[in-house]
Amino acid sequence: MIPVATTFFFYFLAVLAIGSAIAVITQRNPVHAALALIVTLLALAGFYLMLYAPFVAGVQIVLYAGGIMVLFLFVIMLVNLEQNIREYQFNKQWLVGTIVALALGGLLLFVYRTGRGTFPTVFYQGYRGLEGDNTQQIGLALYGQYMLPFEIASLLLLVAIVGAVVMAKKRI
Amino acid sequence: MTEIGTLHYLVVAAALFIIGTIGVLTRRNVVIILMSIELILNAVNLNLVAFSRLYGLHGQVFAIFVITDAAAEAAVGLGIIIAFFRNKETVNVDEVDLLKW
Repeated sequence: MIPVATTFFFYFLAVLAIGSAIAVITQRNPVHAALALIVTLLALAGFYLMLYAPFVAGVQIVLYAGGIMVLFLFVIMLVNLEQNIREYQFNKQWLVGTIVALALGGLLLFVYRTGRGTFPTVFYQGYRGLEGDNTQQIGLALYGQYMLPFEIASLLLLVAIVGAVVMAKKRI
Repeated sequence: MTEIGTLHYLVVAAALFIIGTIGVLTRRNVVIILMSIELILNAVNLNLVAFSRLYGLHGQVFAIFVITDAAAEAAVGLGIIIAFFRNKETVNVDEVDLLKW
């Protein structure tokens, strides 16, 4: 298996993703946080391309970086955050929360360290053959094997649209 | 330098997940908390796509479902933020105490 993932690009994208993720949770101004989150999402799209998943990478850019983040920026413009920027940004339990989350991260790393031998080292058969017709394969899976979850997802989106309108409306 | 394997991607995803968790647990601004939830969902997506290289296409299909859920969650969550801001004139989560007694 020839890796398309050159080592340099992996570490470049990893530093980009993690650095801007840290910027998301430390920035005072939510607009800056949203812009940093867009950088993280684009770095993750690069990871998906390196993993031979071009369709998911495209969906990530179009839907996440293009759709959801515009929604976030709209809401940041709608709510007046002038006063919030001057306030203290972290709550009272921030030290305990950080320690607990880092302990969880240590647990995850420990599990990866002890269990890394159990991963299969060979890639899925014919995986490289998918790079030409990846979108077609995903479409066939979505409309064949995953038909019911697909319909449930569409129902979920309908409910979410109605719910968002009801929530944001002034009087119903 | 070693060859980049699945484990490398898992470690990056774990780092993103932990950063998102810290954001949810420590920030007061509810918009940033929603962004941290997006970070967590993206970490899960990276795991799914990394494993789909080993086990076939199902991981990518599930990643698309996770993105759909993230869109629904963002729409409803931001609607709640707008309704909340209209009532309380603040976006700090520790001032959401209507259901506390």
